[in-house]
Amino acid sequence: MTTVERAFRDLWGRVLAAMVGYLGDFDLAEEVAQEAFAIAAERWPRDGDPAHPAAWLITTARNRAINRLRRDRTLAAKAHLLRDAPPTHPDQDDGAGGHNGHAGDPEAAPIPDERLELMFLCCHPALAVDAQVALTLRALGGLTTAEIAHAFLVPEPTMAQRIVRAKRKIAAAGIPFRLPRHDLLQERIAAVRAVVYLIFNEGYGGRRELATEAIRLGRATAELLPGEAEVQGLLALMLLLDARRAARFRDGELVMLADQDPNLLDGDEIAEGRRVLDRALRLGGRGAYVLQAAIASLHADEPRDWPQIAALYGELSRLTDSPVVELNRAVAVAEVDGPAAALTIVDGLPLEGYRYLHATRAELLRRLALDDQARDAYRQALRLVHDDTERRHLERRLRTLAT
Amino acid sequence: MKYMLLIHHGHSPGDPQPWEALSEEEQQAVYAGYRAVNETPGVTPGTGLDVPETATTVRVEGGETLVTDGPFVDIKEAVGGFLFFDADDLDAAIELAARIPAARLGGAVEVRPTKEW
Repeated sequence: MTTVERAFRDLWGRVLAAMVGYLGDFDLAEEVAQEAFAIAAERWPRDGDPAHPAAWLITTARNRAINRLRRDRTLAAKAHLLRDAPPTHPDQDDGAGGHNGHAGDPEAAPIPDERLELMFLCCHPALAVDAQVALTLRALGGLTTAEIAHAFLVPEPTMAQRIVRAKRKIAAAGIPFRLPRHDLLQERIAAVRAVVYLIFNEGYGGRRELATEAIRLGRATAELLPGEAEVQGLLALMLLLDARRAARFRDGELVMLADQDPNLLDGDEIAEGRRVLDRALRLGGRGAYVLQAAIASLHADEPRDWPQIAALYGELSRLTDSPVVELNRAVAVAEVDGPAAALTIVDGLPLEGYRYLHATRAELLRRLALDDQARDAYRQALRLVHDDTERRHLERRLRTLAT
Repeated sequence: MKYMLLIHHGHSPGDPQPWEALSEEEQQAVYAGYRAVNETPGVTPGTGLDVPETATTVRVEGGETLVTDGPFVDIKEAVGGFLFFDADDLDAAIELAARIPAARLGGAVEVRPTKEW
């Protein structure tokens, strides 16, 4: 990877955020940010890498914007675009200038990191959730429209239109580029977390690039909001789940948690996930993401501490009031108090249309040697399943019950 | 930015009115709530509107003027009031909208940016 490619991956979001903040116009910001990276691709190999790549790119993009606004009267007529007076570097047409062609004078004031403002803009609740996801991937992740469309199995023109419409709404409705007021902050942070986790879950089903991107976004969010336990909890959870990616599939077939090979877990990701989890716990975190991360961490131990896992699911269940969490608690209870106790929990859950309820029942009934009922439960799960690897898994389980 | 806030009460007059379920004190709080909204800097209060059943809807089809009784949308979806708000951004307009009593009494407020032509 060249320096410019690495800079694009690491700094695209920062450069774009600075330009959106400076110009107040998403499209123009994207254009000048792209131009700055194009100029870097030409100059850095020739002149050497700048000492401060972020400052270089932001200054270059800003100069491009000023020149564009000077030349283009209609653009300039949107005088509100420039929030601050342009710096006076009339000779610098392209690039960041400076006598060695490099900006980022170490004595210059540090350039503020405005990625958080950009995240709150992209994840604003006045935008539809699918638009929030697309904009976040594009603005913070630097993904192209084609890449986002491909990742979400949506035709490219559909995705392009979704992004255009979202940007138009940002401008027309006056969605702000700033940190939310104190009383709105928690719900807006929750919206950012939801978007990141949604991207991760899309990737967890197999589209690896989305899981990687979600973890990158999670790292950035955790770095920008170091005091938010649930933000740390989300990052920890994603790392601990992602650590299983090699263990979750064998020859393209889904492997149940209990059957996964512990040797295939990614030890580095588990270690990092646990470090982040510790940070969340030290912050007093006891929210839904922290609890799920703690459960995922316990699942990485052999042998498992099932009583502790069951207790944490109990806490999560009280917090979320979710029957799906209760179903997961039942699986842990089966290990502690036996399948009959678990079945009592499962049979009280209002989840008739949920395939995992029937799959879990089937496994519990099998352990109770109630084969006929187990077969019925597998068949019910099969009627509800969409995913092929899950279907094959259930069919295998059904076949292993002698008829 | 200038926004129009369209206030929907979210019930038709046939329904048991949430209004009548409120105590005297709560009703006073609603009045006070609307007064506070109207006195917020940047707000241009709209004129009061009579109930949606008094509305008349006009269409022109093939040169012919068609007049029907009632609002364009369902009675319970009809606009019940409006105001204009000069604000820095959408978050400020959302904050004001959330303070309009109809929003917490089963209705909703639609925030629409206005457009200069």
